[in-house]
Amino acid sequence: MIPSAHGIPREEKIISTRNLKFTYEGGVQALQGLNLDIRSGDYVAIVGGNGSGKTTLAKALNGLLKPTSGTVMVNGMPTSELKVAEIAKVVGYAFQNPDHQLFCSSVEDEVRFGPLNLGYPEQEVRQKVERAIEAMNLGQLRALAPLSLRLGERRRVSIASVIAMDPQVLILDEPTTGLDAGESLELMNSLKRLNAEGKTIILITHDMKVVAEHARRVIVMANGRMILDSDSRGVFSDLAILGESNLEPPPVVRLAHRLAKHGIPHDVMSVEELVFQLLRSRGGG
Amino acid sequence: MKALELNNVRFKYRDFQNWALDSVSLEVEKGEFVTILGCNGSGKSTLCLLTNGLIPHAIQGNLQGSVSVFGNNVGEQPVSQSATKVGIVFQEPESQLFCMSVEEEVAFGPENLAVPREEIKTRVEWALELVGMKGYNNRSPFSLSGGQKQRVAIAAALSMRPEMLVLDEPAYALDPVGRLGLYSVLRDLKEKHGMTVILAERDAEEALAFSDRFVLMKDGKLLESGPPRQVLRDPAKLREIGVAPPQVTEVASLLNTRMGTSKFSFLTVEEAERAILEEVLKPKKEGRR
Repeated sequence: MIPSAHGIPREEKIISTRNLKFTYEGGVQALQGLNLDIRSGDYVAIVGGNGSGKTTLAKALNGLLKPTSGTVMVNGMPTSELKVAEIAKVVGYAFQNPDHQLFCSSVEDEVRFGPLNLGYPEQEVRQKVERAIEAMNLGQLRALAPLSLRLGERRRVSIASVIAMDPQVLILDEPTTGLDAGESLELMNSLKRLNAEGKTIILITHDMKVVAEHARRVIVMANGRMILDSDSRGVFSDLAILGESNLEPPPVVRLAHRLAKHGIPHDVMSVEELVFQLLRSRGGG
Repeated sequence: MKALELNNVRFKYRDFQNWALDSVSLEVEKGEFVTILGCNGSGKSTLCLLTNGLIPHAIQGNLQGSVSVFGNNVGEQPVSQSATKVGIVFQEPESQLFCMSVEEEVAFGPENLAVPREEIKTRVEWALELVGMKGYNNRSPFSLSGGQKQRVAIAAALSMRPEMLVLDEPAYALDPVGRLGLYSVLRDLKEKHGMTVILAERDAEEALAFSDRFVLMKDGKLLESGPPRQVLRDPAKLREIGVAPPQVTEVASLLNTRMGTSKFSFLTVEEAERAILEEVLKPKKEGRR
């Protein structure tokens, strides 16, 4: 495995798509020719309104959907030639609704299920399970039934069950939906730690506050196409692009844009940054 | 007569140890738009279920204190009677839609109250127009987007001609466009129709423009109740109870700290822009002249 360099995106391509197209039965063209490279250590947000193709893209990246045409390469191998189980060792996918993937009678069994079925020896299964339980802070809940837990906890169990397979890439579909501010913060902090430890994170989301606070790179989808691929600062400096994808920029970004003609930069992303810029303008800097 | 009156209400679900609501007293006036703010598990959904008598009639537990809706004690009248006064909309529209067409869905309530056919037609058209779903009569509810489904669920509640609408995190499962459509319907309900509305939310951002009052809840207790400006001005307090504060209140609070003042207390982007132009950016220019 590639050693992690804290906070620095690596250039090694884990996933590459070339002219990726996907058409659902019935003729809906969900992806219309995407060229995209995900590098080791990336923290990418894929954003877009409902129907923009972001969930289809996520499922193509982990081989749940095979391209109608074009290719998706995972560590240099086309997904069309790999088994889903082989891809799962590299690319893990946590569903939007955690209940779609929870079925065991205890949190620990749930987390064990993946690595056990990938055929790891018991010793290694145990290690992976412990690491995943720790990463998602589930120690207190390990003996409980997953479906008896609160939504925020169930989401953490579903993510832990993916982490336990020790994939290089974690794809999370709308991980903060239904969580309150505290639960959301706890989850995002866990993901930040995993990224610092070298995991590549791909967030599918329409929560632009989460994007502004956490992602380093943002891919904006609309109508099955990528309309922007840039560092996150670039996304928030272009409100027209967000509008095209039916996304609402966070209030602090909207405020910064309204104050742009008074010298506030276009690419402010956080409350801290805005206040810093305001005081700088005031001071005559 | 109050639209809603909770008097020292406590409720504990069967088989649970903690009080889901603990000594809650709350009065809501007719025509008021009240947003109940709290994190998951704070008691907001329980409060919603009390307003039309689903608690205690359908959901069992230990209920103490009294709950009155438009002067009637909900514990003492059947849900069918409360339902004519109070419409409820839940988090996930799928959980309350079941008919083959949008029209049947919206007509279902009044049909069951034996409302005359012509009157039902009028109500269905009125409700669909109000939620921006006119012309969708024959569509299957399941072919609609999440936002459209939720608006049909609201229309289905409105066709009962309730005097009060109660919504439990209605935007929970919606994307930004769906949310925008939903909140503009809520704004119309207040501004054009004067409906009494109780809205439970985890996030203050979207409801603050049209709420008369915010109520903060935590662990089943009512912590504070008052106008948005009073309740929402301190972002640290909101974060403490697990609620995301409106982002511009964080700007106000940080400006106050850094400038050694307490004069900033804006709630919306528009207010913030005005205050910042006047108080932060303008003095510099004048100073230079």
